[in-house]
Amino acid sequence: MTEMGAPRFWRNIQQRYRLTGTRCDTCDTTYFPPRQLCPECRREGDVEEQELNGTGTVVTYTTVHEPSPEYEGDSPYSLAIVELDEGPRVTAQIVDDEIQVGDEVEACFRRMGEGGGDGVIYYGFKFRSLD
Amino acid sequence: MDDTGIAGYGGYVPSLRIETREIARIWGEDPDEIENGLGVRQKSVPDLDEDTATMSVEAARRATDGEDSSRIEAIYVGSESHPYAVKPTATIVGAAIGATPGMTAADYEFACKAGTAAIQTGAGLVSSGVADRALAVGADVSQGAPGDALEYSAAAGAAAFLLGDADDAVAKLEGTTSYTSDTPDFWRREGERYPQHGERFTGKPAYFKHTINAGQNLLGELDRAPEDYSYAVFHQPNGKFPVKAAHQLGFTEEQYEAGLLSPEIGNTYSAASLLGLVAVLDEAEPDDRIFVTSFGSGAGSDAFSFRATEKIEETGDSKLRDDLTDVEHLDYAMYARHKDKIQEE
Repeated sequence: MTEMGAPRFWRNIQQRYRLTGTRCDTCDTTYFPPRQLCPECRREGDVEEQELNGTGTVVTYTTVHEPSPEYEGDSPYSLAIVELDEGPRVTAQIVDDEIQVGDEVEACFRRMGEGGGDGVIYYGFKFRSLD
Repeated sequence: MDDTGIAGYGGYVPSLRIETREIARIWGEDPDEIENGLGVRQKSVPDLDEDTATMSVEAARRATDGEDSSRIEAIYVGSESHPYAVKPTATIVGAAIGATPGMTAADYEFACKAGTAAIQTGAGLVSSGVADRALAVGADVSQGAPGDALEYSAAAGAAAFLLGDADDAVAKLEGTTSYTSDTPDFWRREGERYPQHGERFTGKPAYFKHTINAGQNLLGELDRAPEDYSYAVFHQPNGKFPVKAAHQLGFTEEQYEAGLLSPEIGNTYSAASLLGLVAVLDEAEPDDRIFVTSFGSGAGSDAFSFRATEKIEETGDSKLRDDLTDVEHLDYAMYARHKDKIQEE
């Protein structure tokens, strides 16, 4: 994320800060990241913005000991696939040292990276354990 | 401003702690002398990915839980450790809680009292009808140079208050007054990493003079006595100053103990007196009066009188208690890494 650039980060602030996705009212499916078109309902779809409540369950996780250069200061850290209560699955960092499959988690607001010491700071969601 | 009050509140303290004894061990000081001298057993430490903006967002989310954030028309964030020198923290908070774009915003800096200055501004805007609701935040990831006396207490935390009409309030604002002078007791020049301070000069002519005068002026203006209050909260740079100030003003341990958090979390700077207020609001019963006085070096104190309403019983616990009990301890080496005191080559 270090090299993403301010404009690309800025375009996704709603998703990164507030987990804003979309929901198709026709088939009752929630999408995150947001989809403008429901792939199931196509033109019958009725898609609107929806803010997700940020709670979910750990489906699986891995602990990173050999990170890419921009995350070297953070290792070891855990990445998990979290199934949100509304249905979508997201890949995100877990802030706790210990994590188990099946743990209940909630979104928290953390630093994701920065464009170097003099660049823009990228904020967004990670997850913390509720157990 | 007695037509306004606190409609929601939230506090956040990171889960990491370091004991003052552990810091004393590294610098060859007597651990008992340091711990007892400061009255601080341990202090909070931000995680590697936490800063003033992230903690402000956590506290603001708790303060606005269940509320319509689009009603917030002003956000002020007070801190002496904003992540940017130029670019507001308040816009990050506004976007994260869904209050943007129909709002005004600015960051405040006044050492440890910028958060209470934010409350005064927010309450003024609500009282005058300029803003429907306002959000005031005090947050800091404070810095102390390795080996400096500040290192034993400089901690991290945030507190946020949603200000609105008195009819919606869990605690009504009965009055506020300030006492301010140009006193160079603590400062950090632009571009410097760590602050400088005037050692014992930070006590009598700074902390105590401003705290006592603001407190006495407020009691005088409202024609109140200390015994009219159920709780008294002070700025808490350590565990000793607030206790001494409380006694000088005529408050007792029963009144100040619930809002005294510094022995267990250290000095959270702009959040210090405000986290004390959050802890007190979690305990308060309807009609309880709460006295709060902040102090910011440079120097000034803002004193407030709040009165809890029936609505205090409807609000859930602020979760601050979980932050204070569910903690993990670091040794000095890990602490140094977390505070960026060890640099990779």
